[in-house]
Amino acid sequence: MNLKFFSRNSLSVAGALVLGVASLTSSVNAFAVDELHILIPGGAGGGWDGTARGTGEALTKSGLVKTVSYENMSGGGGGKAIAHLIETADQQDGTIMVNSTPIVVRSLTKVFPQSFRDLTPIAGIIADYQALIVTNDSKYKSWTDVVADLKKNPRSVKIAGGSSKGSLDHLVPAAAAKAEGIDPRQIRYIPYDAGGKAMAALLGGETELLSTGLGEALEMARAGQVRILVTTAPSRVKAAPDVPTLKELGNGTVFANWRGYFGAPGLAKDKVNEYAAVLAKVQDTNEWETVRARNGWVNDYKAPEDFYTFLEQQEEELGTLMRELGFLQ
Amino acid sequence: MLDGILTGLSTATMPINLFMVFIGCFVGTFIGMLPGLGPISAIALMIPITYGLDPASGIILMAGVYYGAIFGGSTSSILINAPGCSGTVVTAFDGYPLAQQGHAGKALALAAYASFTGGTVSAIFLLVAAPALASVSLSFQSADYFALMVLGLSAVAAFSGKGNILKALLMTVLGLMISTIGTDRSSGVDRFTFGRMDLVDGISFLLLAMATFALAEALMSILKPDENAEADEDAMSNLGSMKLTKEEVKEVAPVIARSSVLGFFVGVLPGAGATIAAFLAYGFERNLAKAKEKLKFGMGSLKGLAAPEAANNAASSGSFVPLLTLGIPGSGTTAIMLGALISYGIQPGPRLFLDNPEVFWSVIISMYVGNIVLLILNLPLIPYISRLLAVPRQILVPMILLFSITGVYLVSFNSADIQIMVIITVLAIIFRLLDFPLAPLLLGFILGGMLEDNLRRALLISDGSYSFVWERPITLTIFSITAFVLVAPIASGMWKRYRQKTLGYGASMQE
Repeated sequence: MNLKFFSRNSLSVAGALVLGVASLTSSVNAFAVDELHILIPGGAGGGWDGTARGTGEALTKSGLVKTVSYENMSGGGGGKAIAHLIETADQQDGTIMVNSTPIVVRSLTKVFPQSFRDLTPIAGIIADYQALIVTNDSKYKSWTDVVADLKKNPRSVKIAGGSSKGSLDHLVPAAAAKAEGIDPRQIRYIPYDAGGKAMAALLGGETELLSTGLGEALEMARAGQVRILVTTAPSRVKAAPDVPTLKELGNGTVFANWRGYFGAPGLAKDKVNEYAAVLAKVQDTNEWETVRARNGWVNDYKAPEDFYTFLEQQEEELGTLMRELGFLQ
Repeated sequence: MLDGILTGLSTATMPINLFMVFIGCFVGTFIGMLPGLGPISAIALMIPITYGLDPASGIILMAGVYYGAIFGGSTSSILINAPGCSGTVVTAFDGYPLAQQGHAGKALALAAYASFTGGTVSAIFLLVAAPALASVSLSFQSADYFALMVLGLSAVAAFSGKGNILKALLMTVLGLMISTIGTDRSSGVDRFTFGRMDLVDGISFLLLAMATFALAEALMSILKPDENAEADEDAMSNLGSMKLTKEEVKEVAPVIARSSVLGFFVGVLPGAGATIAAFLAYGFERNLAKAKEKLKFGMGSLKGLAAPEAANNAASSGSFVPLLTLGIPGSGTTAIMLGALISYGIQPGPRLFLDNPEVFWSVIISMYVGNIVLLILNLPLIPYISRLLAVPRQILVPMILLFSITGVYLVSFNSADIQIMVIITVLAIIFRLLDFPLAPLLLGFILGGMLEDNLRRALLISDGSYSFVWERPITLTIFSITAFVLVAPIASGMWKRYRQKTLGYGASMQE
C-alpha cells in the first residue's frame, strides 16, 4: 500500500525476467551461510524486490553468503507469499521472506488472515521515516501553522498521499493530528495511485500538504521544489538537520516504516540467529554501503527479539489509531 | 540554453552513446515484439548493465529500450493480434485486419512511419520547450482528468467495429465494471474480490488485453480453422507491398500529425500515458473521419492504424517532460528510470538542465537519433521479422499461448493470473462468437479506473460539490468538446433531413 512509485521501482529489478537467478559467487572461501533463498511477496521492480535483491547483492559480494536465489510471488498484497511460506514451512529452513510495515497494517485490516506472529521474525534492516511536505511558496512555514488551520477547521487542509485511504500515508497525518487534539476522522485525506502523482498534485496546487516517505521527500527537496515541514523520526536525521521532528515539537508521533526479514514458522533457533547475524554483519561492509547509498536507505538493524517487540508495539499503536479512524471494528 | 543543447549534442553523438542508442533500440524492439513483454520488462533487463555506464550513456540506453519496445510492440499487434505491450493494444484494432487482408507489409511500414513521426515531433517539442512544458504537466488536476476520461468514453462508437452500437455500449459497461475489482482507493475497501486474495490487487490491463486479443484470437483460429487460417497464412507468406500510394500518404499524413501532437500532450500529463494516448487518438480520428471512412475503423483502416502508433510513441517521449523537469514519473517505466537517475546521483527536477545539462539535453537529442535508428533498423527488417511469425499454425498457436501467458506472469509473478487469463479468454471467445466487440471492453476498463478515481478525488477536493465541472476552465473546455462530439452527429443528421425536406418542398412548389 505504502510502496509508492519511487521506492516501488527502485533499482534492483535486475534479472527479474530470469526466474530464481543465482547471484555471483565470491572468491572468499569461508562463507557464513552457503545458500540463502529470498522470497519476495511482490512482483519485479517493487520496493520489496529492490530490498531483497539489494541485500542479496551485498551479501554475496561481501563474501558472507555464497549464493542467494530469489523467488517473486505476488498476490493478495503479499498474503499469497505468507500463506505459501506457512504451508511449506518444513521445506523452508533455507528461506527468508522480505517484508515491511504493510504486513502489520494488512493483518490488522484482515487483507490476509495471518500476522507476523505466524512467521518467525528474523531482523529489521532498514527504515524510512515519514515526512509532511509543502511546496516552496506554501503559506505554511511550519507544522504549527498547519495545526493552527486544522484547529480552526480540520477539513481546511487537503492532505495528499500516494496510496489508498487507511494506508501509512493516511495514518501518519491522522496520528499527528490526533496528537494535537484534532479529530483524526475529520482530516481530509486525498488518495492518489502513486507517490509521483500525489507529488504532481501538490506541485500543481490541488492539495496543500503531502504525506510521503522521507527518502522521497529529501530527493524532491534537493531538487528545490518542496519544503519538508516535519518528520516522524525519533530525532533529527543527518540528511536533514534543519527539519524538526514531530517529537521535539511536543507532538510525540514517532513512526518508522521498516523493512526486514522473516522465516517460516518454527524455524530453528540457531538458523534464526545465523541469518540475523549475517544480516547484521553485512551492514558493516562496503558492499552494503554501495547498495544502501544507491537506494537512499537508512540503516536500522533490529535483532530478532527487538524486532519482535518492535512489531508488537507497532501493531498496538497502528491498531489503536485505525480503530479510532474507523478502519477496524 | 544553446550552450546546453550543444553540450548535449556533443554528448549524444559520442560513439559510445550512438552505440547505446543502437543497442537500446535493437534490444527494445526485439523484447517489445514478444507478446506481453513491454518496456518495463525490457528496461528491468538493462538495469544491471547501466550500473557500469556514465549517467548520460545509461539513461540514453534505457530511453532507447523504452521507445524501442513501444516501436516493436506494434509488430506482434499487427501480425498476430497479440499486443507486445499495453501501449500497442489499439494498434491491433486496425493493424491485424490489415494484415489479414494481405497488407501486412504496408501495415508494418505505416506503423514504422507513424511511430517515427510521433517520436520525432515530440523530440522537437522537448528540445524547444521542455522546461516550459513542466507547467503543462502540473496544470491538469483531478477534475480535468475526469473530464478527459469522459471525452475518451464518448468515442466508444469508434471502438464498436462491425458490431452494433448497443453491443459496444454493453461491452464498455462491462469494462467499467471489471475496472472496479480490487481495493477501492478512496475508501480502502475491497470490492468484488469474493474474499479471494488474488483479486485484491485488481486485474491488470495487460492481462485483460492479452486474454481478449492474443489468447482469444489464437484459440479462435482453432475453433474456426477455415475462416482465418487461409487469410492469415497468405498474409504471412506474402507480405504484400510495403509501399504506400500517394493518396494513402495524403490520407494519413494529417492523421499522424494530429495524433503526434495529441499523444505528446497526453504523455506530458503524469496521470495518463501511452496507452490512454493511443485510445484517445483512435477515438478522436474516428470522430473526425467522414461517414464512409468511419465504417472502415476496426476493419483495417489506415487512419485507425496510424493514429495510435503516432500517439503512443509521441506520448512515451512526452512522458520525459514530468520525469526530467519535475522528477515525477508518470508511469511504471519512467519510475524505474527515475530510480536509475537517482542512483547515479542525479536528481531530476527543475534544476536538472542547469546542474546536469549534458544529461538533460543529450537524452533529448538521443531521441532524435533513436528514432532514425529505429526507422533504419525496422524498415529493411520488416520482411525478415514477420517471417519469424510466419511459421505454420500448429507451431504458431502454441507459441502465442506460451509467450502471452509467460509475458503476463513475468510481470506479476502471480500464478492465479494465469487462471484468471484462462477464464477471461473463455468469456472472450463466447463474446466473439456472439459478435460482441471486445475493443470497447478494453476502452471501458482502461478509462474506468481513472474515471472513478479522479471523479471521487475531484469530489473530495471540492467537498462534495459538483461545481468543479464549470469552475475550472480546462474541465469546462473538455466537457464542452465532449458535448459537441456527442451532439454534432445528431444535429448534423437533423439539419440534413430538414434541408432535404425544405428543398424537396421548394422543388415541388416549382413544379
